[in-house]
Amino acid sequence: MKDVIGELEERRAQASMGGGEKRIAAQHAKGKLTARERLDLLLDAGSFEEWDMFVEHRCNDFGMADQKVPGDGVVTGWGTVNGRLVFVFSQDFTVFGGSLSEPHAEKICKIMERAMQVGAPVIGINDSGGARIQEGVASLAGYAEVFQRNVLASGVVPQISMVMGPCAGGAVYSPAMTDFIFMVKDSSYMFVTGPDVVKTVTHEVVTHEQLGGAITHTTRSGVADLAFENDVEAIAELRRFIDFLPASNREKAPVLATQDPADRMEPSLDNLIPDNPNKPYDIKELIEKVVDEGHFFELQPAYAGNIVIGFARMEGHTVGIVANQPMVLAGCLDIDASKKAARFVRFCDCFNIPIVTFVDVPGFLPGTTQEYGGIIKHGAKLLFAYAEATVPKVTVITRKAYGGAYDVMSSKHIRGDVNYAWPTAEIAVMGPKGAVEIIFRGDLDDPAKIEARTQEYKTRFANPFVAAQRGFVDEVIRPHNTRKRVCGALRMLRGKELQNPWKKHDNIPL
Amino acid sequence: MFKKILIANRGEIACRIIKTCKRMGIATVAVYSDADAGGLHVQMADEAVNIGASPPGESYLRIDRIAEAIKATGAQAVHPGFGFLSENSKFVAAVEAAGAVFIGPPVAAVAAMGDKIESKKLAEKAGVSIIPGFMGEIADPDEAVRIAQGIGYPVMVKAAAGGGGKGMRVVRSDAECREGFRAAKAEAKSSFGDDRVFLEKFIENPRHIEIQVLADGHGTILYLGERECSIQRRHQKVVEEAPSPLLDAATRKAMGAQAVALARAVDYHSAGTVEFVSDQKKNFYFLEMNTRLQVEHPVTEFVTGLDIVEQMIRVAHGEKLAFGQDDIRLDGWAMEARVYAEDPERGFLPSIGRLAHYDVPEEGAHLRIDSGVAEGSEVSMFYDPMIAKLVVHGKDRPAAIAAMRRALDRFHVRGVRHNIDFLNAIMREPRFAEGALTTAFVEETWPDGFHGAAFDGVVRRALMGVALHVHLCVIARDRTISGTLDGPAGIARNWVLRMDNMLVRASASLVEGGMDADVEGSPLAVRAPWRPGKRIWEGTVDGEDTVVQVERLGTRWRLAHGGVTTELSVLTERAEAMLERMPPKQAQDSSGMLLSPMPGMIVDVLVAAGDSVEPGQALVIVDAMKMENVLRAERAGVVARAAVAKGDSVSVDQVLLEFEA
Repeated sequence: MKDVIGELEERRAQASMGGGEKRIAAQHAKGKLTARERLDLLLDAGSFEEWDMFVEHRCNDFGMADQKVPGDGVVTGWGTVNGRLVFVFSQDFTVFGGSLSEPHAEKICKIMERAMQVGAPVIGINDSGGARIQEGVASLAGYAEVFQRNVLASGVVPQISMVMGPCAGGAVYSPAMTDFIFMVKDSSYMFVTGPDVVKTVTHEVVTHEQLGGAITHTTRSGVADLAFENDVEAIAELRRFIDFLPASNREKAPVLATQDPADRMEPSLDNLIPDNPNKPYDIKELIEKVVDEGHFFELQPAYAGNIVIGFARMEGHTVGIVANQPMVLAGCLDIDASKKAARFVRFCDCFNIPIVTFVDVPGFLPGTTQEYGGIIKHGAKLLFAYAEATVPKVTVITRKAYGGAYDVMSSKHIRGDVNYAWPTAEIAVMGPKGAVEIIFRGDLDDPAKIEARTQEYKTRFANPFVAAQRGFVDEVIRPHNTRKRVCGALRMLRGKELQNPWKKHDNIPL
Repeated sequence: MFKKILIANRGEIACRIIKTCKRMGIATVAVYSDADAGGLHVQMADEAVNIGASPPGESYLRIDRIAEAIKATGAQAVHPGFGFLSENSKFVAAVEAAGAVFIGPPVAAVAAMGDKIESKKLAEKAGVSIIPGFMGEIADPDEAVRIAQGIGYPVMVKAAAGGGGKGMRVVRSDAECREGFRAAKAEAKSSFGDDRVFLEKFIENPRHIEIQVLADGHGTILYLGERECSIQRRHQKVVEEAPSPLLDAATRKAMGAQAVALARAVDYHSAGTVEFVSDQKKNFYFLEMNTRLQVEHPVTEFVTGLDIVEQMIRVAHGEKLAFGQDDIRLDGWAMEARVYAEDPERGFLPSIGRLAHYDVPEEGAHLRIDSGVAEGSEVSMFYDPMIAKLVVHGKDRPAAIAAMRRALDRFHVRGVRHNIDFLNAIMREPRFAEGALTTAFVEETWPDGFHGAAFDGVVRRALMGVALHVHLCVIARDRTISGTLDGPAGIARNWVLRMDNMLVRASASLVEGGMDADVEGSPLAVRAPWRPGKRIWEGTVDGEDTVVQVERLGTRWRLAHGGVTTELSVLTERAEAMLERMPPKQAQDSSGMLLSPMPGMIVDVLVAAGDSVEPGQALVIVDAMKMENVLRAERAGVVARAAVAKGDSVSVDQVLLEFEA
């Protein structure tokens, strides 16, 4: 017995050293923490239970038989974040460059399956050179096993990927299928083919960082949700993020007590909307003045800035916020904004998170770039996502709600539960000027007539009452009461039950 | 008394005048430009008249429109406030022609004092001390020396056509005078093509001290003590106080007597201000007389207990002053700080935008805020960017400074850049506390520009204590989250504070009503009823009343206190140990780039990729606040890329040009 315990201690000590001191030092020199250090920061002190610490690879080719490291390049198990259960895997770059072997994949699959069964999020920390080449197809099979479980777990438990090192080739598709991707600036990158191949094939010269760094993916491609300065900051923010999420699709989001009064008035919102309808304002001021404690966890802030998404709380309950941003492209919906918001709406719907939508949308962005890029299909994604969502949906129209974009933005017609409008709301097919130029085409040569018609159209349609008369707007509210009203609506909707017709799954226009 | 008064002004001064009218039971009429349609003065007044487009030239300076408004509303009197038309004799005439009374001095006095040379002559005649000098032509160095000896050294040799420091010499001896005369003459000739020079007494370390006068139309002219306004930036006052820390009773009396004499000479009535420059030995000389209400009049109101606007209205209505010179008492010390929407770290460039947050201290018997804005107001590019005047009153100067510091700590403005830290830094300067002021105080104290106040021990402890407290409050609350496996976890005791490149170890635990901590080996007790989400932390640190502004930035904090705005992290020891393992990242090298110093629009890009540029060469013109700013090369280089083009909108620190390495 004593010998076995001695051996256990020894084996644990050996396993916890990963690839050894030299490689750990190299990892630190690159500005990266080790797999275990990352988990140590992520999980509550003393809460981590590691599984499969002694798993080793079974490859005997290319001299691999002599190179075995317990754990085989990935640390897996479960622990708690702020007291709540999470499952984790953390790839260990110090062991075979974090490359994925068959047993490495099996370890990941094991925690994913358990997570689905008990209903808890999966957090994957990616830091891997790619497939274990020595294993050949066995490694590829391992990837596919992980992919399959990513897909099965999707919509069952939240899956979050922290990309904290290389993630290239097929390996990118595991994070790609998770719900959120966070990256670290300068030390992580994701791409399907690396700079060398790019140069050979297309003669483009590009660095790792330019091709697939954190900045690239959070500003240009929209692949990642957030970019952080370093591992420590990334993990601290991840902990804050997890506090917003429900453990699974079987549960509601956690509640965090707040002393911020639900009836807090914000008089300054009464003049948030500028007198000039073409003047922008910052929708984030509205969000921050409405949510609990002004605390808004924004996602993808630097990508498709014309729409703002993120989590916040109302009376302690998590809500997903979607808002048009007049400061960027006048808040128009375009391909990127539609995709960004659609995926977020679907996440909220999967996990019972009510959606609060702030609408100031002049329409879809016109132009060949958008049409050739398929705005029809991509715009439809957001419409589809809102229309299929059965979670509580509260909408506030602050200013423009024009045309098809009005329908898309959680309108009454696609099952918006409570739709409010500010007195400044203009719900119409288009802006007064454009409408008049079409309806009164014959008067185009007469500016005085056009001006008179525009005024007439403004009086008739540029207000919330036409929609309110038809019940498309439930109530016209004073801006300073927005928090109180939205809190009340969400409180009323807490017991909402709504089922879509049975189907195998829907066919969202991908 | 008048039934209705029109206020021909905007912003805080219009609001301030309306307040007095309301108290006196007088109806008010506001006039406003398009930009001010939602302005506070419009909301406060009983009636409001739109007088035109946003630029002052199309509204607040339009005498005809205001005259129409007077007639349309039947206002019986007009208060001009300050600035705009307040010292325009044509406006006075127009008001009277419109059948209303101008609340201000007689038109002749306005005209006489509006002319710099005329006013000096009048002052001299009235026995007011003026800066000794010789305005005539000087033939040769010998004559210059003779005149300089008459004036007494130091003497300033000045080009008659001069400006911008060119052709100016300060001389302190006969030899220097000879040399300075020759040099100034030569410089004047080459710079201005006019080699005439004149001599004037040079005032070393000058101070700006002014006397408030108040006169009725019945021969009573009083002085209400002085104000010192030496603290200036860009030649504009930012901090004013009454009384002046320099003056003694005798000097005050002498200055007051001269001010009254000048007012009498021009048959003055209403409120006016005689401005003097004084040297450190209390020798004072006349500068000019302002025939209107001054921005800084509230400090005089605090020490005298008078409402100067009320007195102006009464005098305009023909009343006699109800008190005499012997009734004027100066009680305690008052201080005013002008809160501006501007960026002290960028040469005090004005800043515009929406006041997303505007949360200010509560007014009371010893604290007054004259402001024309509220949360959500827009600071527009068309007008003076002053947001508010913060005025405090204490029993003595140290008490006034302490009250001002606390009020500034509590003054929360977001959405525009502001000078609150700068004002707070002035209050904390030992030299300010000593009262050793000069008009060059700001330049001398911050010769390389202002970049935040110094971190002293008290401020540092307050920031650390509050950061720890708010962090622990949030963590303690977060522990109450639903859905935990086995109940709320404990809270760590040991923490590491990271701020301003400093690391401080602390242990702390929440206690009833606050937190007890041990920071850098000494106990730190913090008490406050703070809750997550509040932007103002008000409580005690080490038993001292303290106010700190708190903003949560994800897992970090931005705190502002005592002129310091800083970001802090409160880390567990574990996280700190891990952070130590991260090699520091190299800061992005921006030396090879030209960044926009302000938000604005690109008027023109004057260079293209491949161009070689010389130091001082104009590169890009940015239009901001209706002003064209020419950005020049700091050193020679070759342009690699122009990142912007004509017509682009740019934000602060946006890259405009990149240079080759």
